[in-house]
Amino acid sequence: MTASLILQQVLNGLLDGVYYLLIALGLSLIFSLGGIVNLAHGAFFAMGAYLTIVLTPHVGFGGAFVGSPVAVALFGMLIERFLFRRFYRSDPILSLLLTFGLAMVAEQTLRMVFGAAPLPYSIPQALRGQIFIGDFVYSRYRGILLLVAVACIAGIWLLLNRTAFGRVVRAGVQNPDMVAALGISLQPYMSAVAALGIGLAGLAGVLLAPIYSVHPAMGQEIITPAFVVVVIGGLGSFRGVVAAAILVGLVKGLIVAAGYAQMSTAAIYLLMLLVLLFRPRGLFGERIQRFE
Amino acid sequence: MSKEPGAVHFVLDAAAGTAAVAAIGAPAISKAQSDVIRIGHLTPRTGFLGPLGEYAVQAVDLAVDEINAAGGVLGRRIEALKEDSVNPQTASTKAERMIERDRVACIVGEISSASCLTIAQVAQRTRNLFINTGGNSDALRGSNCNRYMFHVESQNSMYVKTVGRALLAQNMVKGKRWYSLTADYAFGHDLLKVAKRFMEQNGGQFAADELVPTDFSDFSTMLTKIRSARPDMVVSNLAGVQITNFLKQYAEFGLTFPVAGFGFDTAVAWGAGSGNFFGTWPLVWHHLIDTPGSKRFVQAFTARYRRPPENQAWGDYVAMKILAQSMNEIRSTEAVKLIEHWEREPKFDVLKTREGYFRKYDHQMMHEMYAVEALKPNEIKNQWDIYKPSAPTPGANEPLDAIGSTPEENTCTMSA
Repeated sequence: MTASLILQQVLNGLLDGVYYLLIALGLSLIFSLGGIVNLAHGAFFAMGAYLTIVLTPHVGFGGAFVGSPVAVALFGMLIERFLFRRFYRSDPILSLLLTFGLAMVAEQTLRMVFGAAPLPYSIPQALRGQIFIGDFVYSRYRGILLLVAVACIAGIWLLLNRTAFGRVVRAGVQNPDMVAALGISLQPYMSAVAALGIGLAGLAGVLLAPIYSVHPAMGQEIITPAFVVVVIGGLGSFRGVVAAAILVGLVKGLIVAAGYAQMSTAAIYLLMLLVLLFRPRGLFGERIQRFE
Repeated sequence: MSKEPGAVHFVLDAAAGTAAVAAIGAPAISKAQSDVIRIGHLTPRTGFLGPLGEYAVQAVDLAVDEINAAGGVLGRRIEALKEDSVNPQTASTKAERMIERDRVACIVGEISSASCLTIAQVAQRTRNLFINTGGNSDALRGSNCNRYMFHVESQNSMYVKTVGRALLAQNMVKGKRWYSLTADYAFGHDLLKVAKRFMEQNGGQFAADELVPTDFSDFSTMLTKIRSARPDMVVSNLAGVQITNFLKQYAEFGLTFPVAGFGFDTAVAWGAGSGNFFGTWPLVWHHLIDTPGSKRFVQAFTARYRRPPENQAWGDYVAMKILAQSMNEIRSTEAVKLIEHWEREPKFDVLKTREGYFRKYDHQMMHEMYAVEALKPNEIKNQWDIYKPSAPTPGANEPLDAIGSTPEENTCTMSA
């Protein structure tokens, strides 16, 4: 393998990691603040992709790129307001059942409305093409996708670490009772976090619709690796999720590059197993009082 | 369909199974009524083969209505009990229930070769009939063949020989290096074996053959490898919506090596989007076939579902029609009598130029197949007619079993 080939595979792995990251970040945020294991997160991803197909004929890909995640985020706020909110203080198994049911309802709804067959969608003409640098070739669309995703992740990091909003959210993750004792209601923050996390899943849906098959079970396909990323990274840790997503992407990419593609899925579960054996909190997991 | 182990998959599968069991057990299904003949229909309706299963289900509904409108079977109405087969374990459980509890006369359906095998085992044990409409693996007609299973769907050998002839004509075989991607489950393994045999017999070789998990969706790493290997041709032995992902990303990375596939369903190309379909692919049937039967089927299906039928719809439609016609002809719904009838190799209208028949040796339907060539984007007039079909294979002057596996290639010993 030449250096340029290895570099390409690293880049491929990184980008694969970034998809997981957009899904996993939302999962992690919603879990750490409200204790909800959101199995329906993949459904929001699928919803983002389907909305893109519905919106594009009217507002173009650019319009769908903004409109679809915003619509998914608003829908997420409704779900938070009427469903999640009832389960913040209850046994996590209840919210697990709730979101599991929600995921099935959402998938079946997509199947009933749009049919089970994949819907056609292509990369917009203006964003097609490849980037060539010597031996090195890369999809132009993926380059743009990577920039968008990195910008989003940086934005969320700034929001969580450099703003008053972020301070309350982080405090809420660590010790919600203390936040309440200080006279701050976490309720609006929960809404905002749900909108943010679910909106990110919608964004991933828009970004991947042109290069992945858009079909009702697409959410179910992405949710499992996203959970693995959250578990490896450690609950409640932003940098943990980022590191884990990149790690999972790289491990998968390099295993395929080495010629063992058939083991690429098994490898990430093995990675999770090793992390859980030697560091049950995950790579950067914080000690969260209510889960100890 | 073999899924990778994963907590969520496990929960989803288990729950889907439970829900289905509950549905079958529901009191809505009463005891056998003498005025109705029940047919069990099992096919994957969720997961990566789900998009194809939907066509199968729609075709069964259409066939049942047509059969009943024409007077039913032996003066009785037929009724299809349709279920999502989910995975091989669930498929087997549901097949058992349909046979033992709902007393179905026959089980029709499937797409996953792995689920075909478990249903066939139930059929054999309970001495009931199973008509496979979508499982391609040669092993089902060879080492796993059994007296109670018949195949309307073509076997992998027929697919490989059909596309193989087209590729030989394009001079893409002898002395050429292929790079193949294969779905890592029963169907893919079987197909790869047949494809390798074809290449050995015809003087080609593999630059690489990669096994790909069925939930593998990002092909960028694979495409990078293909580009640096510079093969003469890239060959897909993938299945279901995975082919859509592959096609979209192949176009995205701008690779220009010719593409061919040994397994294919039109729905995955219809679902790829403009500019994302190219190459040479095999089909067991397609909606452009110019025969009166085919046209009637396309018209009725399109009128009812507002889209043309694809190849999987053909399989389930034809299977139901053959079943009803045969029951009427022999005036019986008994499995043993149907088996004896079909083993005499009677001919059936399968909506193609020539009539088809079940070959006695391995119960494989012998019928015409087609290789299709993707049209260039500027040649495409509408979203459905996206390829140019070949003349039927084998040609008019050859026997139909010219493309079937030989007993040496795929040995079947029918157990009673």
